[in-house]
Amino acid sequence: MTNEITKNYSIQVFDVCVEFENTLALDNVSFSVPKGVLTGVVGPNGGGKSTLFNSIAGLQKITHGKILINGISSKNIKGKISYVPQREQVNWRFPLSVKDVVSLGRIWRGNILQKFGFSDDQIIKDSLKKVDMWQYRKDLVNNLSGGQRQRTFIARALAQETEILLLDEAFSGVDVASQDGVIDILRNLKNEGKTILIATHDLNNLSERFDSVLCINRHICAHGDPEKVFTPEVLTELYGAHGEKFAEHNIGSHNNGD
Amino acid sequence: MAKNLPNITLEVTIMGIELITEPLQYSFILRALVICVLVGVMCPFLGAFVINREMGFMGDALAHSVLPGMVVAYSVGFSPIIGATPNAIIVALAIGFIVKKTKLSNDTSIGIIFSTLFSIGLITISFLGGTTINVEDILLGEVLSTTTTDVFVTTLLTIFLLIVMIILYKPMIFTGFDFEGAKVAGIPSEKLDYLLLVLLSIVIVITLQVIGVILVIGMLITPAAASSMIAKRFPQIIIIGIAFGVFSSVLGLYLSYYFNLPSGPSIALVSSSIFGLSLIKKWITR
Ligand SMILES: Nc1ncnc2c1ncn2[C@@H]1O[C@H](COP(=O)(O)OP(=O)(O)OP(=O)(O)O)[C@@H](O)[C@H]1O
Ligand SMILES: [Mg+2]
Repeated sequence: MTNEITKNYSIQVFDVCVEFENTLALDNVSFSVPKGVLTGVVGPNGGGKSTLFNSIAGLQKITHGKILINGISSKNIKGKISYVPQREQVNWRFPLSVKDVVSLGRIWRGNILQKFGFSDDQIIKDSLKKVDMWQYRKDLVNNLSGGQRQRTFIARALAQETEILLLDEAFSGVDVASQDGVIDILRNLKNEGKTILIATHDLNNLSERFDSVLCINRHICAHGDPEKVFTPEVLTELYGAHGEKFAEHNIGSHNNGD
Repeated sequence: MAKNLPNITLEVTIMGIELITEPLQYSFILRALVICVLVGVMCPFLGAFVINREMGFMGDALAHSVLPGMVVAYSVGFSPIIGATPNAIIVALAIGFIVKKTKLSNDTSIGIIFSTLFSIGLITISFLGGTTINVEDILLGEVLSTTTTDVFVTTLLTIFLLIVMIILYKPMIFTGFDFEGAKVAGIPSEKLDYLLLVLLSIVIVITLQVIGVILVIGMLITPAAASSMIAKRFPQIIIIGIAFGVFSSVLGLYLSYYFNLPSGPSIALVSSSIFGLSLIKKWITR
């Protein structure tokens, strides 16, 4: 966690504090994420995951500190990040098809004709195929399962052609098989060079899923290799007394050798 | 073609055509017709957003809140629409601001503003004296008494609305569906929300002339809601909604002419009937 500004990092967060009326949601948070890394963000309810994502995405004013995206201040990076919000924030009743939603990702992108909504079909089709949603393109998003909704939003992010993807609570209400499907897609994207942050409450298989884990409970408790970060101290910091019980269950890995 | 048909069919057809063309010789009917068509197009266009973003109460409140502006314009000899437009825009922005900034729920803050302004309007009417102002026209709409200025202003406002809505159609959808996601994608969601309120208030003002303060909400949401019983996707809802909207306002106008009814309720009832039929069709086809 150097204070050095370099272009090799996609996301750099320096001493960030976010204060609400009387809670300090983020307290001196600093970390850096290199390009092309898939990071899981874990922490208790109210631990500040959404606040962190909102700050990175420019939705939340930070009280103190700074955030750089590809070396540029996050205040001036309109359209460089795709953001998949927590489920409750989306108006699912809005009658849009899967394809309609993905095409929203093309707004104000592409050439002049495409900016006005003409013939941007190829990239929309490619995005839908990548997440295996092409066959459902005509379905209303309101009628989709949780996993299919997540895929649709990932396709929208692909259509946005951004390098950075933030998924808040990607897996709440998504069954294990669908979670694995989504993770496979995200791992492929990461291999193409995308930088991805996912907030999750699921502490299983972290090392199979993520390159790196960021543990946050107002401040950063640990950041790094999913096989190594979960020391008993970190677990206690994250989840209190309950955390220690988890420790016996080889959190983060099924073959925790060390 | 007519040769092979029995004479009676021909006569009925001619009678039907006359029923439609006969009123058109009067210029007040032509003026009313132009305004009805424009209203029929714009109400469902905005209405599709209103129903899918649960802004119906907001729309109703905006319509009631422009009463003071209308009354003042009317009393100094201007067309009510000229007073109503700025009044509606100011109220829309104020409601938008208060809803975003206070901890009161949407419907609470909207309800307070709406009842306050509507009362001010009614009290202004009683101060200015009932003889100069035809309260019934304002509350229930009297499209047959619109002037050339009204037609002109309505046309200009409609063109403005259409241009803005077509350019910002997709960003408006993005904001309505996923406010935060749109913002991160670089779309100014907050500003678009305010703009939607302004556009909504303009539509309400042009609709007021046809259908009156009390029933605006019917024209704003009913054709769009009827259409959403039949169509699935948002763009189809708008297109079918426009067909319903134009049909309701034009048929309502003719009914009002032939049966000497106030135009507002007759248009509102036609659009409610279409909604009823759409609902039945939905049940049957299920
Ligand atoms: N708009 C807000 N106003 C006031 N307090 C807020 C606001 N947003 C978040 N908070 C507070 O900030 C803290 C962090 O919340 P945040 O939503 O970031 O947590 P989280 O890790 O995403 O939780 P969860 O796992 O439940 O999604 C909480 O104490 C919350 O109450
Ligand atoms: Mg959260």
